[in-house]
Order: sequence, then C-alpha cells, then structure tokens
Amino acid sequence: MRKPLASRITRQKGRGMDAIASIDQSKEAQAGQSKKGPLIYRQNHWTRLTHWAWAFALFFLLLSGLQIFNARPQLYIGKESGFGYNNTILQIGAEDTATGPRGFTEIFGHRFDTTGVLGWSGPPGNESARAFPSWATIPSYYDLGTARVVHFFFAWILSATLLVWLLVGLFSGHIRRDLAPRLADIRNLPRDVADHIRLRFHHSGRYNTLQKLAYGGVLFVLLPLMVLTGLAMSPSMNAVLPFLNELFGGRQTARTIHFAVMVLLVLFFLVHMLMILAAGPINELRSIITGWYRTDPPNGGTNSTGRSE
Amino acid sequence: MAKFQINRRKFLTAAGLGASGFTLSGCDAFDSQLGMGDGLRNFLEGANGLTYRAQRLLAGRDTLAPEFSEADIRQPMRPNGITAPDDDTYKSLLTNNFVDWRLEVTGLVEKPLSLTREQLLAMPSRTQITRHDCVEGWSCIAKWTGTPLSLVLDQAVVKPQARYVMFHCLDTIDRNLSGDIKYYGSIDLIDARHPQTILAYGLNGKPLPVENGAPLRVRVERQLGYKMPKYIQRVELVDSFANFGGGRGGYWEDYGYDWYGGI
Repeated sequence: MRKPLASRITRQKGRGMDAIASIDQSKEAQAGQSKKGPLIYRQNHWTRLTHWAWAFALFFLLLSGLQIFNARPQLYIGKESGFGYNNTILQIGAEDTATGPRGFTEIFGHRFDTTGVLGWSGPPGNESARAFPSWATIPSYYDLGTARVVHFFFAWILSATLLVWLLVGLFSGHIRRDLAPRLADIRNLPRDVADHIRLRFHHSGRYNTLQKLAYGGVLFVLLPLMVLTGLAMSPSMNAVLPFLNELFGGRQTARTIHFAVMVLLVLFFLVHMLMILAAGPINELRSIITGWYRTDPPNGGTNSTGRSE
Repeated sequence: MAKFQINRRKFLTAAGLGASGFTLSGCDAFDSQLGMGDGLRNFLEGANGLTYRAQRLLAGRDTLAPEFSEADIRQPMRPNGITAPDDDTYKSLLTNNFVDWRLEVTGLVEKPLSLTREQLLAMPSRTQITRHDCVEGWSCIAKWTGTPLSLVLDQAVVKPQARYVMFHCLDTIDRNLSGDIKYYGSIDLIDARHPQTILAYGLNGKPLPVENGAPLRVRVERQLGYKMPKYIQRVELVDSFANFGGGRGGYWEDYGYDWYGGI
C-alpha cells in the first residue's frame, strides 16, 4: 500500500509546497550521484518572512508579557478579580518561612515550592519577590510601563503579520494546498504519530499530518485567540466589541486564557525546536532561511515521500 | 496607585544597582535601550499613537463601555494607590466634611467656575455600574454616581483652542528635590465629553469614601484606572500638557505609562 503511493507522488510537479516545480535540475543530478535527494524550493519568501516576523515578535511579546503578568501575578475566572471572594485559579508569590523567604506557585489550590524560579528569585544573596525571574522578562527589572510599550508594539507586528499571511495564504493557495488536512492525512495520523515517536522523519516537499495540525493549530487557533483575548482586555475595545468578553466569560477569564495560550505557544516552540533538531537542523534551518530543502532520495531508503497525499 | 508606585521606585533603584553588579542575562541587553527618551523606546512608543488612533476610529465618540447589573457588584470597590492623603490641606478639608472644598474649573474657559459639593450634587447626575480595570491587570465592578463632566464643561464654556482636560489633585504621590508632586492626569476632549465620563461623588449608593478618592474622582470608563484621578480639586482646560510635570500628560505618564490608557 505504501509503495504505489510513494511512486505516484515522488515526481509530481507544481502541486507541492509553493514551488516544488522549480527543482534545480543540475543540483538534482549531482545529488543523485551522491545518493542525496533533490533540493526543492520548499518555502517561498512570504512563508519565510512571516515565519521570522512571528518568531521575532513572539519572543518580545512573551518576555514583555511575563513582565506585565508580574504586576499582578494572579489569574482569575470571571468578569472581575475576587478580593472579597475567591476566584483565583493561579497565583505566584513569595512568603516568609522559618527558613527564610520562599517562592510559591499555587494552581487550583495546590501549592508548589518554586523558589529560585517563580515567586522568589535573583542573584544569590540578592533575591527578590517577583513572579517570573529577571532573566525571563523585558525589561529585566520591574517596569510595567516599559513592558506595555514593548508588548503593544509587537502586538501590532504580530497582528499585521497574521493578516498578511492569511491574505497571501488564501490567494496563493498555500493554506489550502499545504496546510489544510486532507482525508489521507487523517487516515495517516496513527502512522505519523508512530513515526514521530520513533523519530523517523521523512523529508518531502510536504508537511506531514502532525505538522499540518500543529502549524494550523498555532496559526488558526492559538494566535487569533491571543489577539482576541488581548483585545478583550482593552477597556476601549470592550466598548467596540462588547460581545468579546461575553464570549470568553469575562475580562478576567480572557486574561487567564491569554496566559494559558501563552503556555501552549511556549510548548509548541519547545516541540518545534526538538523536531528540528531530530529531523536535521541544518536542512530545516536552510529551508526556512533560503527556502531550499533537501528531500529524501527518490528510491533510496524506506518510503521517501509518499506520506502526505 | 500611589503606594505601589513609591515601592516601585525604591525597587527600581535597588534592582538597577543589583542588575549592574550581578550577572547580566540575555535580556538585560535591551534594558539600556528602553529608558525614557532613548531612541528605541521612542520608536516603540510610536505604536501607542497607532493604538490611540485605531481605537478612536473604531470606538468613535460616544460608544459606551459595558455596564453591569446590581448582581455583578459582589465586593467593595478595591482601593488602590493613595488611599489616605497625608496632605494638611486635604486633612483639614476632610475634617470639615469638605464644606470648604471647591471644584475649580480654570484655563481655557470663558467662565471659570468654583463649585461647592452642593452645587455639583444639584446638577443632573448619572449612575453607572462599570468595571474598573487597573493597568496591573485586575478588575473590580462597582456603581458610580456623579455629574457628567460635559455638563460642567458646558457651564464653563470651553474655548475652541482647548484640547485636553487636566485634573489637578490634592494628594501628594511623590517627593523630589523641587518639592511635593501631586497626582495629576489628562484626557482629551472626546473622553471628557463622553456620556459615561462623570465626576463621581458616590460609590455603591454611598458617598465616595476617602480611599476611593473623596470628595471627587473622575470616571473615564474606556480607559484604565490610572487615567481616573482621585481627590480632584481643579479641572484645567489646556491646549497642551507639555508644561506640566514631566510633560507627558500625567504623573504615571511621566514614569513611562502610555498617555492613552485604552488598552
């Protein structure tokens, strides 16, 4: 069942990632001799540009966002923050104990000692009470005003990039062709999961099922949720879009979702890095910088490219 | 707002000293570029202007902030910042139950006003249950009663060249070499004339308590808490705020907060 599929797809032209048709013939020939697969132009300039714009913006958004969180290191559920009652679901703080100050993180009533990282951290002998540590925030010292300047600047960059990507992706067919999961992708899911667990990667012009789900999930779910929950926290936008907070269950719930999605994005980033390391960092990096990607040899090894259609 | 501000400044000094003497993490690299007036900071602040224009465009003049029901008032309004002004003027006004207090309306107006509390109370009032959002991230729902600022402005007849309303407060929030710094802040005339912008003297059906800004605080419901000064004694119409304090339009703004607090 695998082989016919593979041979059917290997040499398809013009239907793969953006410009799979532009296989460099001479390079391919050379590569063939040294038992390397062909180099294909896998990521076009829009994909690369938006990828790096997001990477850059998300870096600053994360670190300035953690600084903003430090101003009120509690997350609540509902329209408001409970002071006369308890609707706190997460709290990071510091407390005095018999052995000196300790940092703690409390989630749904379960308290963990997180001294050194969350709640109480800093250079030895000079620790201070702060939710996220100095190395994880911009600026490194406590400054809510500056963090907001940085955060909202990059929020504009993130949103604009998302809009550009969406428009280009819809008109060029990138989203439909490369990202939208097909029936075959769904059928292929168990095998794809098994392959990933064994760290057995296939280098083709196409995204595999888990890639489609992960990238699609970030671009169509997580990032839009980030923008919307961000807007839901703005008092002025509440006047424009009052239904947003009702949708999310109140401003404080929106803030909590904003935080939770941040955690998911960080997890995505870690897995993304792991997968790149496992799949061949040079090749993967080359494709997102230059666009060119070395695929598996057409007939060498096991099951080269027949996975995505 | 005041209390955590002063703590913050002390902390900033300590943190600055700490950071200079200890390990520099990767992110410290940005710190030196982000101070007030630095080129990178100024560039990034450009996005604030974009946010202001975009939100003004979307929200228009009179779009209302969400209002809530009595059932949503589940706790007392959380006091923040200065909650008991230590100024002699304020304390003597308080002792007299603000009988001697006046709201001065000055600056670019045809008819400067000096209003007593009774005069303000005699004017038409507006009551609204709204959510107060602090820049720190917390929110609290409460019922506010007060005189629409637009009525006061109409009575004083604003001159055409006026662009901002400046609020001068009774509470000292900070001290520096040139003396006490009183809290102050400004909003534009669009927010000043917004239907929900009231000079509040009542909170949750009772007179405004000292910790929440008695005798008078402003509510600017489409902006964050630091844009709603407490302990107001004078409203001044100006065409620019460049000559007040640090020139950025408010006490917190002088420490790097955005002048527009709509987000």
